[in-house]
Amino acid sequence: MQPTSLTTEQIRALIAKGKMKDAIFKGMGIFCLAVALLVIVLLVSDMVAKGSERLTVDFFLNFASRRATQAGILSAWVGSLLVMLVTALAAVPLGVAAGVYLEEYAKRNWLTEIIEINITNLAAVPSIVYGLLALGIFVYTFGFGQSILSAGLTLALLILPIIIVSTREAIRAIPAMIREGSMAVGATRWQTCRYHIIPYAMPGILTGVIIGLARAIGETAPIITIGALTFIAFLPPVPFTEVSPGVSAGLFDWVMSPFTVMPIQIFNWTSRPDPAFEINAAAAGFVLMAMVLTMNAIAIYLRYKMRKNIKW
Amino acid sequence: MSANTPSDLPVVSDRLAKNAMRHASERVIEALLFSAAAVSVLTTIGIVYVLVSESIHFFQNVSIVDFLTDTQWTPLFDDAHFGIMVLVSGTLVSSLVALLVAIPMGTIIAIYLSEFANGKVREVAKPILELLGGIPTIVFGYFALLMVTPLLQKIFPELPGFSLLSAGLVMGIMIVPYIASLSEDAMRAVPMSLREGSYAMGSTRLHTALHVVVPAAFSGLAASYILAISRAVGETMILAVAAGMQPNLTWNPMEPAATITSFIVQVALGDLPHGSIGYQTIFAAGLTLILITLLFNILGQWLRRRFRENY
Repeated sequence: MQPTSLTTEQIRALIAKGKMKDAIFKGMGIFCLAVALLVIVLLVSDMVAKGSERLTVDFFLNFASRRATQAGILSAWVGSLLVMLVTALAAVPLGVAAGVYLEEYAKRNWLTEIIEINITNLAAVPSIVYGLLALGIFVYTFGFGQSILSAGLTLALLILPIIIVSTREAIRAIPAMIREGSMAVGATRWQTCRYHIIPYAMPGILTGVIIGLARAIGETAPIITIGALTFIAFLPPVPFTEVSPGVSAGLFDWVMSPFTVMPIQIFNWTSRPDPAFEINAAAAGFVLMAMVLTMNAIAIYLRYKMRKNIKW
Repeated sequence: MSANTPSDLPVVSDRLAKNAMRHASERVIEALLFSAAAVSVLTTIGIVYVLVSESIHFFQNVSIVDFLTDTQWTPLFDDAHFGIMVLVSGTLVSSLVALLVAIPMGTIIAIYLSEFANGKVREVAKPILELLGGIPTIVFGYFALLMVTPLLQKIFPELPGFSLLSAGLVMGIMIVPYIASLSEDAMRAVPMSLREGSYAMGSTRLHTALHVVVPAAFSGLAASYILAISRAVGETMILAVAAGMQPNLTWNPMEPAATITSFIVQVALGDLPHGSIGYQTIFAAGLTLILITLLFNILGQWLRRRFRENY
């Protein structure tokens, strides 16, 4: 290298310039984060400002209606809860079992590799494609129709990758000595999983389940695709109550019932030209946001707590 | 575990019988767990089967050449035209707008969080991003239609009530958290020694970030961009709400247009008989969507392999 011919002043100027660029970039970073925060604040405040007048007890207890002021979200939130119940019942056992298999049982061979690549790819499949899958398989081939069962299973498939990945991560964090200790006293592989691995991985699994369900409760496209109705003015049958004279509903009749869910109700109200329904959409959107953000906050808190408590 | 398997040894004592039982139930449990893992493969097979089989019926009625070259998309009219390019143009334009927002913003946030911010800022910023990523897309659609569009109309008075621009912008905001968190992970995985080497040579933070860390983490960045493209192409509700649903062959983001996804929603909202040509159309559209996503993913894999750095 040739000797530099820079004077001290010039070097100082160069350093100052570099520091300036650093500061400018730092400002840009903070600006971008501020935009993200601003969007959340704007969204929530707008919904509260517009929808607060509609957020009364009646709003939660009324069915959808042609008159905006009398319309409520009863069938929507009940539908969302029931669909989530089916989704959780299907996705949690399947996801945890698959995660345990891949971490604790699977041999390193081509079959395992295919399953792993598959799970990664499924996470990138657009959600509406799951809707098409469900329309072809659940609704018509299996004959489940446009029911809570179809919707719940569709969303279960959708969030399965999330639950599998978080289960695997939680299991991977458990040190090998736990397994060795358990096996050393004569436990089988399943007993080791059942009494050690799964309980210790529970907080991590739970976090994944909550994040998955929060994603599922806000999903609209796949449920519209299977043909959920937008106007439902009745609730699914409660088990063992009389639905028509002399006929009482079975324990599982509700899973085959037509339904609507929160996001579909919001979509329906948003796409109406009458601005009165905008207020309903804002109020329902706020309720949905509150559900989703609460679930996410619980998950974030759990993860934070977990990181602090566990010391192997 | 003993070498005795239940099949080749007569059970002679309680202890051995118990052992054999344990052995058998272990096998059953392993099989059950395996079948749970296999569900993901079945899902993929199901998706491919449904899309391809319905599309085959579709292409028996519509020629592939028409499908790819026709400039009109009117599958539900008497004078039916099936030019998928009409929908593809809407999908690509809105995705492009979204990526023009999401990639710069996401990357800047990622670089800032991994190279500049201290622990405290990160502790606050990450949950914010996570919350942003958790907002349901239908709520974003509401936001685009009722807040962003009126705002944009103040800047561009000629902007219509539905436009690819406002839907795309909001979609970009929605994708930012995905890019930011994946890219940040990739950059934090770059060994400290590389940064230290750069600092020791007198580089500033920004110079180190842009010329050392970003190139080293490029394969991870590429992966996050690919995921972002998949999200943008497959996003449905924001477009269905804010971009209008009329088919429109355009490359201008200021116009309303249908995308592949919003077309599927539009058809599903109506009441189409199972097996009709309209019903098959949404599967052909879905197949196109999957193929576009696949194309970008293959491209991404190639990019990742091409730029992978090992330490």
